[in-house]
Amino acid sequence: MDKVIFGDNQFFAVNHVSDEKSRSQSIKFKNNDAIIKTLDIAREAGVNTFMCTTHNRIADICDIIRANPLMYRDFNIYPCMPYAYKYANAVTELGIAGTLKQYLPGNFIESMFKGGAAYLLRDYISIMELLIDSEMKMFKGIRTPVIFLQNVVTDLLLGLGMIDVLKAFKCYVEKKYNADAGFISMNMPKLLHELEKSGIENPIICTSINKAGFRMPGGKELYESVLRTKKIRVIAMQVLGGGAINPKEAIEYVCNLPNINSILFGASSKAHITQTVNYINKFNGQTLVETNLYKNFTQTDAIKYKDIVDG
Amino acid sequence: MLKAGVIGLGKMGISHAAIVGAHPSVDFVAVCDTSSFVLEAFRKYTKVKTYGDYVEMLSKEQLDFVVIATPTKFHYPMVKCALGKNVNVFCEKPFSLTSKEGAELTDMAERRSLVNQVGDHSNFIGTFRELKRLLRANVIGDIIHFTGEGYGHVVTKEKGRTWRSDPEEGGGCTSDYASHVVNLIQEVIGRPVKINGTLLKSIYSKNVDDAVYSLLTLDNKISGALLVNWSDETYRKMSTSLTIQGKKGKIVCDATEIKIFLREANQRENLEKGWTIKNITEFALPVNYYLRGEEYNAQIDYFVNNVMNKKQGSCNTFEQALYTDKVIEMILDKAKQD
Repeated sequence: MDKVIFGDNQFFAVNHVSDEKSRSQSIKFKNNDAIIKTLDIAREAGVNTFMCTTHNRIADICDIIRANPLMYRDFNIYPCMPYAYKYANAVTELGIAGTLKQYLPGNFIESMFKGGAAYLLRDYISIMELLIDSEMKMFKGIRTPVIFLQNVVTDLLLGLGMIDVLKAFKCYVEKKYNADAGFISMNMPKLLHELEKSGIENPIICTSINKAGFRMPGGKELYESVLRTKKIRVIAMQVLGGGAINPKEAIEYVCNLPNINSILFGASSKAHITQTVNYINKFNGQTLVETNLYKNFTQTDAIKYKDIVDG
Repeated sequence: MLKAGVIGLGKMGISHAAIVGAHPSVDFVAVCDTSSFVLEAFRKYTKVKTYGDYVEMLSKEQLDFVVIATPTKFHYPMVKCALGKNVNVFCEKPFSLTSKEGAELTDMAERRSLVNQVGDHSNFIGTFRELKRLLRANVIGDIIHFTGEGYGHVVTKEKGRTWRSDPEEGGGCTSDYASHVVNLIQEVIGRPVKINGTLLKSIYSKNVDDAVYSLLTLDNKISGALLVNWSDETYRKMSTSLTIQGKKGKIVCDATEIKIFLREANQRENLEKGWTIKNITEFALPVNYYLRGEEYNAQIDYFVNNVMNKKQGSCNTFEQALYTDKVIEMILDKAKQD
């Protein structure tokens, strides 16, 4: 996994700390051109992985990527499924059966509802696999080395104790798409515990990690202790605590934690993208320097060196 | 460990089930729903017992509390049955179809000293709690006017018929969506006692309203406007906000931000002259599990805690929700009169 991953919240008016900003973003990214332009700015800054929900508009972005194979030859997408509102709104309007009818391929549904193969209605794993296929269609021909389950589904299943379904997601994604499975979760310590209990080792978990302890249920110390003592591949998200922490301090904190494989961030302006990538690169460098060289430094040398690194 | 059950496994019920299931002090033992598709999933992947009949579930299981998340018309018989068996009740909002039924349930819960709560989750959003605190601290001085707003895109097509489109079953923007905002006004600013005028608008629905605009006067003489529209697709999800205009300043608050404008600095609160903007990061309630938003988890934590301590809480009681239902009736009656 790349060290820096670009997210998509800003493109779809998702802002967890300001409804007002989310509305202005929905105006800014009204057209797909604006999304592509921002992705290109991120690529220029060296970010080649885009983590995105299976929002309908991502299908259009995928078309553009497929149409420009040379330009996007090093580009990866980490799909995150499902786009929850699509299904939540469908369930409110059509009910569970109606929603399945809408999103699953025709023949399967007909056979399910004709009653001839009513047992299929009880085959939840097959239904899930069909839904994964339906969500993955838009990414055909694009590299998707890691496929994620969205936090609302991961944490719902985790709370209900349906760990076997999480396991089935992982198995299917590995088998069918030759990809690693990842879980987005707002409850990393509990999820890791349950996954380990069910025999899944060193899972990929994308979770909130920030100096402010924002959206880290159970507390920041619990997360830090899990990172120190467990085997896990973490993608840290919400590292800026929704803008509550200054970017430099925020990124320095996350870069100094063990077991952080990647940092996921989203931004809509060139200045913010470049600034964040620069900080991540800088503090990752600093971690290496600290572990290898700092031990031989005197306190004064260390402070001097830190001043140089911090500019 | 408290033994818990959930009745109704729709969008809200299934989310409550996961939060209850993850709670360290709760043994989640039973669910009840009419969908065999959903019940079979519980049978297959969990140890939770499944029922198609709530009376049977409440009779067979020795529950400490039950979460009821069915369509509004079922609340009355289900809550009554649970209270009759001395089970503490968390019920989804809106509380009841008629205030007569709601009053009977409130009275019954109080007489039996059972912990009762309604799922008005907005009252557990940190920014609104901070707003309430700032108003009590008189930060913006005497209040001149408030606006309580709620927008979202629930009904944006003319077709489709569910209980939400039936006025007899608690459907309609005023009964369903606006009750969130009315309850929030009641919790944060004051109880509406007089409706000065109501406009109901049907945009896509045939039998119910899709928007309500009403002028309210509260028990503390403060007056303001209620503006709610559930057919506004410029909103990705429900957005609720309160704007309070005072003599010394103004506060605009939603679920993510609180924006405070003061004519003079307030040293006690460490607020500068002019605008101060703070966001939910600072005010989010600490929770042990997170699903969909702190407020959903915090309200269950609060309820479970009250059940464990056998003590009725002061936030989101049946009585408070019953009052909201009464205000909704007053708003709808006023529209008929006008």
